[in-house]
Amino acid sequence: MSEQLLGINDLHVAFSTRRGMVEAVRGVTLSVGKGEMLGLVGESGSGKSVTGFATTRLLDAAGRVTGGKILFRGQDVTKLRGDDLRHLQGAAMSMIFQNPRAALNPIRAIGLQIADAILTHKKISKDAARAEALDLLRAVQIRDPEARMNAYPHELSGGMCQRVMIAIAISCNPALLIADEPTTGLDVTTQKVVMDLLADIAAARGMATILITHDLGLAARYCRRIAVMERGRIVEEASPKTLFTAPQHAYTRRLVAASPTATSRIEDLVTEQERERYATVVSKPRQDPAHGTPPLLEVRKLAKRFDQGSAAVADFSMTMAGGESVGLVGESGSGKSTTSRMICRLIDPSEGDIVFDGQSIGHVASRDFHRSPLRKDIQMVFQDPNESLNPRFTAFDCIAHPLMRLDGMRAGDALRKRVEECAERVGLPLDLLPRFPHQLSGGQKARVGIARAIACRPRLLVLDEPTAALDVSVQAVVLQLLDRLRRENDIALLFVSHDLNVVRMLCDRTIVLRNGGIVEQGESRALFDNPKTDYTRKLVEAIPHIETGPALAAAL
Amino acid sequence: MLSYILRRIVATLPVMAIVALFVFSLLYIAPGDPAVVIAGDQASPEDVERIRQSLGLDRPFLVQFGSWVWRILHGDLGTSIFTNLPVSTMIGQRLGPTLSLMIITLLLTIVVAVPLGVVAAWKAGSLIDRAIMAFAVFGFSLPVFVVGYVLAYVFALELEWLPVQGYTPLTQGFWPWLENLILPAIALGCVYIALVARITRATMLEVLQQDYIRTARAKGLGQGGILFIHALKNAAVPIVTVIGIGIALLIGGAVVTESVFAIPGLGRLTIDAILRRDYPVIQGIVLLFSFVYVLVNLMIDVTYTLVDPRIRY
Repeated sequence: MSEQLLGINDLHVAFSTRRGMVEAVRGVTLSVGKGEMLGLVGESGSGKSVTGFATTRLLDAAGRVTGGKILFRGQDVTKLRGDDLRHLQGAAMSMIFQNPRAALNPIRAIGLQIADAILTHKKISKDAARAEALDLLRAVQIRDPEARMNAYPHELSGGMCQRVMIAIAISCNPALLIADEPTTGLDVTTQKVVMDLLADIAAARGMATILITHDLGLAARYCRRIAVMERGRIVEEASPKTLFTAPQHAYTRRLVAASPTATSRIEDLVTEQERERYATVVSKPRQDPAHGTPPLLEVRKLAKRFDQGSAAVADFSMTMAGGESVGLVGESGSGKSTTSRMICRLIDPSEGDIVFDGQSIGHVASRDFHRSPLRKDIQMVFQDPNESLNPRFTAFDCIAHPLMRLDGMRAGDALRKRVEECAERVGLPLDLLPRFPHQLSGGQKARVGIARAIACRPRLLVLDEPTAALDVSVQAVVLQLLDRLRRENDIALLFVSHDLNVVRMLCDRTIVLRNGGIVEQGESRALFDNPKTDYTRKLVEAIPHIETGPALAAAL
Repeated sequence: MLSYILRRIVATLPVMAIVALFVFSLLYIAPGDPAVVIAGDQASPEDVERIRQSLGLDRPFLVQFGSWVWRILHGDLGTSIFTNLPVSTMIGQRLGPTLSLMIITLLLTIVVAVPLGVVAAWKAGSLIDRAIMAFAVFGFSLPVFVVGYVLAYVFALELEWLPVQGYTPLTQGFWPWLENLILPAIALGCVYIALVARITRATMLEVLQQDYIRTARAKGLGQGGILFIHALKNAAVPIVTVIGIGIALLIGGAVVTESVFAIPGLGRLTIDAILRRDYPVIQGIVLLFSFVYVLVNLMIDVTYTLVDPRIRY
């Protein structure tokens, strides 16, 4: 390894909470060489971001380094005060964050925000700082940089905002850049462009980088060395190849197994020891619909135009059989969520029709559809389980509510039995039912969302990115649950996702959307193995696969 | 932008019309015969009849309202029953002191309350924060007249730093003008300062949690730059809103403050008019205050667009 730039030695970080001190980082030891790119991988709560924030001294007021040292160029960062600290922050060491749009000041022009960073650390005139900011916008390859200088964050796409963040971070040529989930929430194609840019800039400027991510595949693609964190500790540190071919620690094995790859199947997402339990469930074969049965769902030439703008969705047609699973993929803005919401009858189509089980429902106004007897047949699972559950409803209320509204059940023993049965079907422990959403983990909330959706025994479940906010290990369990529900209860799944690996595993057929129109559709595996259009190929190639084959070996 | 302001002014017309209707109805909402009410307890039936005739109270309500509005649109607010002077003249004479008091109070509030709120949010949970918030609760709880009399006693009677009461027009010099307004402005501003400081603190606390504040810290910006350039401007919309709503508080408070400090302003005129049942004057003043308030709201909405580029009309 090259000369050491950063050395973290037995770092402990604790947060004071209402329930006392909670240790988030418990003895992390790490070292980063000059110009090196290190991957720091772990699931939520593993302490990876906290380690990053402790290094850049950006911990919340409640967080405190309670032990250990962070040596940066031989200086202990944890002991810096006042001006010494400010000379470090943004100058020698900088950071970029998850959710770039929120990380930029919404009411300050981006040129000024870049110039702020320059003016803080260099004694130059405002005009000179502005000129430098413009150069930086060019360096991060923003089109038409002169015009963008005066733009506000809300006028830029997420990918562009992250480029601006990168421009701010590199403005004073730092020796170390910490990128905390820099591409989470961006499209796969945007993710690739942003990460390539970041890697190029880091290489060109000899900048060391710590890439903090939950995505093993991403870290494997860009880093020579990966440290895996679990519950505040580093459990394994190795090259990507070793991690994927011969993971040593049990947690790494679980994480590697749960990360979807180009070839994995749903049953592969757990380690071999755990597969036993799953095997009993998948034994029931997938039922092929008999020939000649009418489709469960038929969508004809659906279109949606929002006020004044161009069509968000145009000429969208598809059919689904009972118990079938269809994936709807595309980048943000492709119209996949709009389409799924129209099919769910949450918004009204501008044109076209939706036929469910022989009945036309496209013309029932969405605000009246809750009175339709078909409402309970078409249910939805929403993207973010944190946001889509009413914070004042307990898990029990969430699941019971549709039963009372749509099935006409009254509070009582029968209702309690039905709710408990739903909870059992999704694997939600019954003692969690009286809890409120903030008392549940992400995976538990996702289960409540699914239990609520299946409570009325729907025949079609529309899922809008149901696992996007979840850790891979939780995602694995949720995917298995969905697959099992489909097999056992014959529920058709319309699965909206930007994660092609997940769609490939879960869906029989896939529809690729772009700018509101269908680009390509077909059998999932065939479509991804042999994409017919450039767009699909670009999507597939952008996924950071965990490459265990020759591609990775060649790269090393 | 200009078309937005014009549209907003047009949109205020129905509001003003409803206010006018309400103000006009004041006379009729009060129980009993308006003419008897105006004439007072000792009036003879002849007096009542004379008033009824002179004010046109014998005509139908809508006709009266119509001719009243017509006169107002021509700048005629009517004539005082008590002094026989035009209402507009009476208001004009009293406008200066009230306007002075309100502007000084407004400036004082912004200059004191916003920094207090910012500091409290920055040092949230500390002794300074608690002291500021304790002061805010104190300011809320004390009635204007209590604060007024205590201030007058301490700073005017005991220390003799400032005049006890009265008013000097600006035309007679800046300091004599200001000197007379300092204590009233503090008394009147107490509640207002407490309110604005609290809102500033709450909004700043929320803004300081945002990701872009962390970005500003990551850039190495100093505390001042973070608080005033990045945070305060983002917190501005709720603060400006409360400052605007507070103008209503000021209008109400001015009535009391002017009585305490013997300032010959609109507040005093209001009280006098109410005591004398001088309905044309009451109507004129209420209409003016409503108009000012509607105007202030318009100004607030326009301020939003200056503060936040995401707000477009």
